[in-house]
Amino acid sequence: MSKIFTRMGDGSPLEMTESELRQDLEDGVAEAVEKAEVPPLSSDEIQYLVDLFKREDRIVGVEPGKEIVLSYDAATLKIKRHSLFEDRVNCLAIYERLLGADTLELCHVDYSYKPLKPIISYEQATMEQALAATHSPMFYGAMPNLGLYTQPDGPFPNPMELLPMGKIKEGRESYDRMVESAVEDICFIAEAMHESGADGINLDTVGASGDPDFKASLMATERIRAKFPDYGIEMGMAGEFVLGMHGEMFHDGTRLAGLYPRDQLRLAEKAGVSIFGPVVNTNANESVPWNLARTIAIIKPCSEEARIPIHANMGMGVGAVPVTDYPPVDVVSRASKAMVELCRLDGL
Amino acid sequence: MRSAGDLVARVQLSKKLRIGEAKKYVADKLRVGVKELSDPVIMSEVRADLGFGIMMPLGGTPKGLECKFNIARVLDLDINCLNRFKRMAGL
Repeated sequence: MSKIFTRMGDGSPLEMTESELRQDLEDGVAEAVEKAEVPPLSSDEIQYLVDLFKREDRIVGVEPGKEIVLSYDAATLKIKRHSLFEDRVNCLAIYERLLGADTLELCHVDYSYKPLKPIISYEQATMEQALAATHSPMFYGAMPNLGLYTQPDGPFPNPMELLPMGKIKEGRESYDRMVESAVEDICFIAEAMHESGADGINLDTVGASGDPDFKASLMATERIRAKFPDYGIEMGMAGEFVLGMHGEMFHDGTRLAGLYPRDQLRLAEKAGVSIFGPVVNTNANESVPWNLARTIAIIKPCSEEARIPIHANMGMGVGAVPVTDYPPVDVVSRASKAMVELCRLDGL
Repeated sequence: MRSAGDLVARVQLSKKLRIGEAKKYVADKLRVGVKELSDPVIMSEVRADLGFGIMMPLGGTPKGLECKFNIARVLDLDINCLNRFKRMAGL
């Protein structure tokens, strides 16, 4: 029997027999069912994935009529990451008119809301110029990044230093104050960018600092939505599971620690998010088929329940895309096709 | 801009429509079929005719804000930066 070519979650090449492939797909689903408490994939969906990985085409794509929107975070930062020192307005025009991006996002290299406040006037001027020179919907994006609010970089005591000393109450109080401060910062930037004409604000990598990070993002979303009913708000998550760094943080009566994408969506949608970006992290020690089956099983219930567009995160280290700076197109295109066709996504 | 992804994305963002509804909205407004939205040859002609902006906007073609005025009018959307432009220009 001929071997099927695929890759490990770190991108390294891998050959499997069909029975090994099927076993990995089923194991990935079983992991999702156990951890995220989601329904398993059907036998037809497993067969779809088997057939997909058996195809010998280097690149695959969705069926005609199933095309989706391709949105991009941190566009200007990614040009800089390649040591291309191009003006940010030109970076956005390159994304739009050379790379074919459907959405654009202006950002600063720090990519966090807190450090933007002192330089907001410069960011606004760049946004205004970029909007005049481009055509696609334009976000301003950054991360809530509550990690920047702790001493010595920020004003509040570090809960990670307080907790080992048994100062749990003090640690949680510090998180509460960090949330309040982050909400002020996010709303300040969002309002400034609205004034400059941006189509939307992107809260990216939400939950990277756990439940306080998610809480700040939900509160900021509610406040922005109340003030600007027509403003676009995109929320992209940091991981599949909200870490309980505080542990007792609630929103609308729901405990935030431990939430998976479907429950994250419910809160984001209610808060007023326009586009939600769920994440499933790639396990580098498992195969891409294992990761993809697990990712689809977790994202599918989220997408099925959504009333707003779902743009799942598909990139290095998330969405079954291997953890490598150079994601191979064979597995990226297979993962993208399966995610769109089985999860019925609105964008990637 | 190779086809209509930016237009569908704009409708998703401003009206919170899911992909099928957003595509139908754009296709109806442009009077094209949904399947034609992803065809770069057909859509380049549609975009050029409507002044929506194309990948190679040579001299004499609308660009940037000029295109956004056309997009807002044809798709019946409110585009934030156009409101700012009118405010700043005293229009």
